[in-house]
Amino acid sequence: MSGTAFPTTDILLAGIGGQGVLTASEILAQAAIAQGFDVKKTEVAGMAQRGGMVTSHLRFGEKVMAPAIAPGSADLLLAFEVAEGLRCLPFLRKGGRAVVNTQRVLPPVVSSGLFSYPDDPVAQMLATGADVHPVDGTRIALALGEPRLANTVMLGAVADHLPFGAEALLRALLERFGSRKPHLADLNRRAFEAGREAVGGGAAQAAASA
Amino acid sequence: MNALTEAPASSRLLLSGNEAIARAVWEAGTIVAAAYPGTPSTEILEVLAGFPDVDTHWAVNEKVSLEVAIGASIGGARAFCAMKHVGVNVAADALMSQTLAGARGGLVIAVADDVGLSSSQNEQDSRFWGRFAHIPVLEPADSQEAYEMTKLAFELSEEFETPVLLRLTTRVCHVKALCEVGARTPRPATGFESDPGRWVLVPANARNRLGTLFSRETALAAHSETFEMTQLLPGADSRVGFVASGPAALAVRETFPDAPLLKLGMTHPLPLERVRELAGQVERLLVVEEVEPLVEQELKAAGIACHGKDVLPRSGELSYVVLRPAVARLLGEDDGSGAAEGPVAPAAQVFPRPPTMCVGCPHLSPYYVLSKIRKQVIIAGDIGCYTLGFGHPWNALDTTICMGSSMGMALGLSKAAAEADKDKAVVGVIGDSTFLHMGMQGLLDIVYTGGNVTVLLLDNRAVGMTGGQDHPGTGRDIHGAEAPQVDFAKLVAALGVRPERIHVVDPYELPTMAKTIRQEIATPEPSVIITNQPCVLIDRFKPREPFRVIDDQCNGCSNCLRVGCPAISVTRTETETRRGRERELKFVTIDTVFCTGCTICVKTCGPGAIVPAGASAKEDSRA
Repeated sequence: MSGTAFPTTDILLAGIGGQGVLTASEILAQAAIAQGFDVKKTEVAGMAQRGGMVTSHLRFGEKVMAPAIAPGSADLLLAFEVAEGLRCLPFLRKGGRAVVNTQRVLPPVVSSGLFSYPDDPVAQMLATGADVHPVDGTRIALALGEPRLANTVMLGAVADHLPFGAEALLRALLERFGSRKPHLADLNRRAFEAGREAVGGGAAQAAASA
Repeated sequence: MNALTEAPASSRLLLSGNEAIARAVWEAGTIVAAAYPGTPSTEILEVLAGFPDVDTHWAVNEKVSLEVAIGASIGGARAFCAMKHVGVNVAADALMSQTLAGARGGLVIAVADDVGLSSSQNEQDSRFWGRFAHIPVLEPADSQEAYEMTKLAFELSEEFETPVLLRLTTRVCHVKALCEVGARTPRPATGFESDPGRWVLVPANARNRLGTLFSRETALAAHSETFEMTQLLPGADSRVGFVASGPAALAVRETFPDAPLLKLGMTHPLPLERVRELAGQVERLLVVEEVEPLVEQELKAAGIACHGKDVLPRSGELSYVVLRPAVARLLGEDDGSGAAEGPVAPAAQVFPRPPTMCVGCPHLSPYYVLSKIRKQVIIAGDIGCYTLGFGHPWNALDTTICMGSSMGMALGLSKAAAEADKDKAVVGVIGDSTFLHMGMQGLLDIVYTGGNVTVLLLDNRAVGMTGGQDHPGTGRDIHGAEAPQVDFAKLVAALGVRPERIHVVDPYELPTMAKTIRQEIATPEPSVIITNQPCVLIDRFKPREPFRVIDDQCNGCSNCLRVGCPAISVTRTETETRRGRERELKFVTIDTVFCTGCTICVKTCGPGAIVPAGASAKEDSRA
């Protein structure tokens, strides 16, 4: 979201180095491009790959000017790690939606006892009154036999809350993985659907309305 | 090979600024390109190396990369080099004089500024080089502009026979946006033409070139007035007119879509008449620039009244968040800070997540040793992953300023030798690539003057922090092909370090590492300890069998935690009272999924609780 002159959909993706935040952002971007949107996507790399936090700002609309999302203006916050979700919550606008993987990744400053990890980040987020949807993406991915599918699960969990249909996002996802490694296509499709269902979308929604 | 190199003309691709520039450099018919890696510029050359018909290489430093480009330009070829902002400081010696001789084949220097200091030691504004070296500065705002301005820069360079500086910022380099690309126009080198009066800058020749330099700048100033990438974006709200460039101009347009904006494509020389024209149409002029008030001061010097850093921050990115309240204050309006709209939640207190060294990083063992002898040493550090040694848990770095500085600074610290420091040894810590970049000259001074410095040359065979690029010490070129490889032990011997004082040590052999460092800091002459394990993020690293902790054997001493390996974490803590003194015990576990089996921590464990992950429960009870 932004001023009225250049309305955009603003998605903030947050996580830590090595979690695939940038790949997920790229897939969302390609889906938006396929819908004919102008897209800008920004992240600060460099030292981030050394276990630091990673955020990717994705904005799309008819015309996107500035690349970065201002605090208080993200329509959607997609967090791949729960404390990073809490950290980035101020980017969300009033009425925005946060989808958060409940996985915890402890940095050395926490695991060595220098700082403490929040007791219940999800509760802390919910207490602000924000629209927060926790998803145990890592557990769902493990159940499918491949922990690296957690990203796909999380993409599924936001798929029904975009200005375009879930199918468009799935197509962009499969294009990315399917073309190079066809055997991964089916796994990704299942992870994506599991993500949709985890937040009451996809097949879960169809079953409820049937 | 990939979508970018094979995309046909007119393709619209989602490209980072760096990718867009690489494509444009190739399309422009460039024949020679060189760079030293540096965030946020690194990917330009990395991507360019994937294109055919361009000779690319990782130069040993930015000065050499520019000199290679200058040589190619004089040889009549289009030539390119890229660097981060601080790289220009290194290349400046060549730049400041070559500007007198100028360019023949198009000569473009891409410089990436780190506005907001996400991975740099300062925030210097490279646009100053335009005025300093009397060369044009182009400032794109996004990928499409970066692509177009790169091509224009080559034309400009040839038309005015000048090097051209393409000034980028992180929000150009690392922002992906849609970019329409074109086709390559081959441009064969025209060949070297002897012209000593121009290319041999002895004082008499250089003096003769000054007139050309100044008339060139005058002509460029006229060109700037009509430069096609400088645009007046109209607006009906004449209370404030904006002059802006780069990503800040996009932020201005988004925040104040109704205000007139002169978006500068060329920020040196400035199109003063176009600014004057806008100034005449608005109540007040606000210059929005990242980061120094450079345009602002030039406008004021030209008698054009304007605001700038009187209302805007002196550093960092100028986004919507800072622009809106600043302009409100300028207009005497409510700055909106009390408005109902805003974030859904205030900022929560969350632990920091600083960058760390990797699991099994070969730098962990020297830093473990340094942290153990911390009070006996002054440690001059350098630029690279090992700069992280200043942080938790090692706290084992005292200085860092710039590439290679550890050597000279260590020498200076040893020479100062105050009475209070008499019992301290001076250690310089430097990486392989940084040593070749600008460190070896400093070591030569250490040797030449008999400086009492122990050098830790941490050779992980990669430019690690920027993503594992190759250099003359890796034995590979930019394409991964075999290349001549520097032998560091022979190199430092050739610089004059005595053979007895040169040690190549496997950093995974912690006891040897500790013994060697202790021995060398006690020896009052120059010594060099070279490590020899590769960066864990490059493909020549081969993980070994992981280790685990036998839970009931861990005594909570926390020695292994001082290694700083992210695979080791605390499972529980206990407070023990021994002889009336309280001590916190930390019991640990090793994440065997991430452990690379480097064995550094194994050698810090008193009770022998760290064993190969494959060891059976039976072995547990024997341990």
